[in-house]
Amino acid sequence: MTRSFKILTFQGAALVASALMMLTVSVMTKAAPAPPAAAVTIGNFTFKAAVVTVKPGTTVTWTNGDDIPHTVVSKDGVFKSRVLDTGDKFSFTFAKPGQFGYFCSLHPHMTGAIVVKA
Amino acid sequence: MLDDLDRDRRGFLKCMAWAGTGALFAFDGGVGSSMGLDAALAAPRHTAAAPFTFAQISDSHIGFNKPPNADARATFREAIAKVKALPQRPDFVIHTGDVSQLSRDEEFDDAKQMLNELGLPVFYVPGEHDMLDPDGGKAFLNRFGKGSQGAGWYSFDHRGVHFVALVNVADLKPGGMGNLGSKQLAWLKDDLAGRASSQPIVVFAHIPLWTVYADWGWGTDDAAEALKLLARFGSVTVLNGHIHQITQKVEGRVAFHTARSTAFPQPAPGTAPSPGPLKVPTEQLRNMLGITDAMFVRGHDRIALIDSTLS
Repeated sequence: MTRSFKILTFQGAALVASALMMLTVSVMTKAAPAPPAAAVTIGNFTFKAAVVTVKPGTTVTWTNGDDIPHTVVSKDGVFKSRVLDTGDKFSFTFAKPGQFGYFCSLHPHMTGAIVVKA
Repeated sequence: MLDDLDRDRRGFLKCMAWAGTGALFAFDGGVGSSMGLDAALAAPRHTAAAPFTFAQISDSHIGFNKPPNADARATFREAIAKVKALPQRPDFVIHTGDVSQLSRDEEFDDAKQMLNELGLPVFYVPGEHDMLDPDGGKAFLNRFGKGSQGAGWYSFDHRGVHFVALVNVADLKPGGMGNLGSKQLAWLKDDLAGRASSQPIVVFAHIPLWTVYADWGWGTDDAAEALKLLARFGSVTVLNGHIHQITQKVEGRVAFHTARSTAFPQPAPGTAPSPGPLKVPTEQLRNMLGITDAMFVRGHDRIALIDSTLS
């Protein structure tokens, strides 16, 4: 009796586990069409927000709302936009965790950072 | 003396009344004096004798077309007409940078063509807006940098005065301001070596070579090293642009001066959320007043200045 009960318990656990796995897969499948995204606006010669924390795989888009051109340039050479005139956008996808400081190469007192955390 | 002061003040206010700006410099016994172009046009010369003159134009931002100026080409043309109408033809013109808005070929070409109509030599230094082509300044250098070194620095002599053109908009550092860099400073040291301390020196560069306002990046991080090299000279005049308004000061034997833009005014330091264009009504554009209260007062043997307040 005891033995057969144990077997049943094991089978039950396996069922629960497989159900959980299916649920996880289904959540991931649902998330896939909308990859994570974040936005930084450039206004009044500042990056807003100056520090943005995102998950790996997030695409960050900067939009220049100033009437003066700016750039978005990584301090470590990871990414570099062309010059962004009013309304222009620049996007970069952060695949790996880390801290990515950046600045405007025209107005270097403008600085910001993207923190990528799993 | 008070009369002189008053006359200079009136001249300065006239200068302030004109947005499409330029400044005229006269050399008198090796000491620079400055007056607005309107004052120079309207008044008898108030320098005793001027062996030669040259004009400064700055921040033309050709291609800029937003408030408060829908056509920066038109105001640039007006500035050039002012230079053309001067009673004494300047020997040459210096353009202290931000020739273009976005470093586009047609912006540079239009600026060059308009300035060439003066029939005068023009000496350029780049502003940060002139470094925006994919090659980081090549479009500017190909047109205006012949014979220059590095990012576009050079020097020349004219009637006993030594002119030094510096570039402080290349390879800017995160969190910093303008930057000359060690290579250019080494070149400057060599360039000045062996010159008599009595030779008047004029230095021109885009971003001010003193800190006007650090929060807006209005200064040059390693300017002190350049000024150290200039310290032994009896007369040093530093001409800059970038901040689109007149500010001046004297430190020791060095006189600093920033020119106005021909395109749009910028707010006085700290008086706006950002240094973006000051959006004055169109009818006020050419009468931009009151964002600085600096003035020249000439003493006996050198430029004297009454410091502007930073507000």
